[in-house]
Amino acid sequence: MSMKIEHLNYIYGQGTAYEKKALKDINLEIPNGQFIGIIGHTGSGKSTLIQHLNGLIKATGGVIYDNGRNIYEEGYSMKDLRSRVGLVFQYPEYQLFETDVLADVCFGPKNLGLSREEAEARAYAALKQVGLKEKHYKKSPFELSGGQKRRVAIAGILAMEPEVLILDEPTAGLDPRGRDDILDQIAKLHKERGITVILVSHSMEDVAKYVERIIVMDEGSVRFDGAPREVFEHYRELESIGLAAPQVTYLMQELKKKGMDVDVTATTVEEAKQSILECMRA
Amino acid sequence: MSIIEVKKLIHDYLRYGEDGRVESSYRAVDDVDLNVEPGQFIAILGHNGSGKSTLAKHLNAILLPTEGSVFVDGKDTKDSEKLWAIRQCAGMVFQNPDNQIIGTVVDEDVAFGPENMGVPTEEIKERVEEGLKTVGMWEYRHHSPNKLSGGQKQRVAIAGVVAMHPKCIVLDEPTAMLDPVGRSEVIRAARRLNQQENVTIILITHYMEEVIYADRVIVMDQGKVLMQGTPREVFSRVEELKEHRLDVPQITMLAHELKKSGLDIADGILTTEELVQELERIRR
Repeated sequence: MSMKIEHLNYIYGQGTAYEKKALKDINLEIPNGQFIGIIGHTGSGKSTLIQHLNGLIKATGGVIYDNGRNIYEEGYSMKDLRSRVGLVFQYPEYQLFETDVLADVCFGPKNLGLSREEAEARAYAALKQVGLKEKHYKKSPFELSGGQKRRVAIAGILAMEPEVLILDEPTAGLDPRGRDDILDQIAKLHKERGITVILVSHSMEDVAKYVERIIVMDEGSVRFDGAPREVFEHYRELESIGLAAPQVTYLMQELKKKGMDVDVTATTVEEAKQSILECMRA
Repeated sequence: MSIIEVKKLIHDYLRYGEDGRVESSYRAVDDVDLNVEPGQFIAILGHNGSGKSTLAKHLNAILLPTEGSVFVDGKDTKDSEKLWAIRQCAGMVFQNPDNQIIGTVVDEDVAFGPENMGVPTEEIKERVEEGLKTVGMWEYRHHSPNKLSGGQKQRVAIAGVVAMHPKCIVLDEPTAMLDPVGRSEVIRAARRLNQQENVTIILITHYMEEVIYADRVIVMDQGKVLMQGTPREVFSRVEELKEHRLDVPQITMLAHELKKSGLDIADGILTTEELVQELERIRR
């Protein structure tokens, strides 16, 4: 599915003393099948924005189109939207509640009205996709490690077979191994199933490594929107809004200043390596 | 005298069945020796389940050894009469800031520790001021903690520990739940305590960028010490770290890759400046 956001505004506590403008005139197009990263300082509006995409929050102004259809118009089914746009919250493992892993993952598809057999088939497929071993399926979710619990929670969303998968900091608090495992699985899903993936992250290195487009949020507005190379070229502006570019970007800028002819838009170790080697061999 | 002395420490977690008998046991820390000298900055790295948090909990007697012993400032943690002295000596900061703040106003929260120690009121005020100023949170003293950002809350938690005047602070993944700005705020506060107040710091973390300033890095895996040394020594062993799927700072990784491709670069590059220097040297 493709989505389009036009002049989206959101005000928290409108009409009260605590009124706060969380989103200001957001305009975005999200074509089918993109892998998008959203970055921004705490409080920049990232989470508020993604909660609009599956209708959890209703905009105070502006429109969101789902395949050209206004999601706020009468007769539009929000329930249907929520089954197609899956949202994985931060620390989703706190939302596990069933007696065993399989039952927890079945909860979503069952609510979609699927039969028990169908729901279980989907749950098995989803748990396989997130790389959880079968020996854990009958365990209580609370017996698992943090990384495993998080996979169960993500599987719970995948089992609903969404067309758009949104993950709010899926790797927060995980160790490097858990982080790489989860991000690799998500990248694989994106490739194999062709679904749109929107990844909210604090890690510039992770975003640079995985996504094809970065949206930078700042104080409720979209500050930059483009390929990682383009966005990280603005590293000074990123710093001024509490973000940073990947470490190699700084290195390449330094080298350029010292008179070396390197590619300053490199954002990953591999890109930087190629560019430096070329420069040194020239 | 070492401020912390861990001798052949073993810790088993036991799991009890319904009849109260031990059903299974899991060895989380397996024969670990560790000495920390006063004023050192030590970083402990490792995966979830590597035993690093279990080890940390021994350093202020939250856990007691299954075998072996732990001495904090010369006091055996098994000696229950020394428990309070040990906990005053080694303060602890945990991962989730929301779980360790109890006051409704920032300065009350920081006062909680010294108050419980029976410090006189006037001195509590001084200590609260000192603690909050050390972490750069003094202007927030009248704020409500729940309106603060994660990094600010975590600094308040550190101020609460500082107000107890510990010789040593153990920080167990204090930045895991924070954004980049919050992370650097907390690490800066820890480094300042170490350099200016000479407080011994033991930092447990997943983030490799945070350990490059440490005097010594300890890498744990499966309950054992896998490697230890200066950051440079540890990060020279890139292949080994990768094998255990531990992170290496992006710059260290790049330097290592360039070296593999034939450039004559030194091992264990940690910062952008170092790599720039090396590349300039080679180019000449």
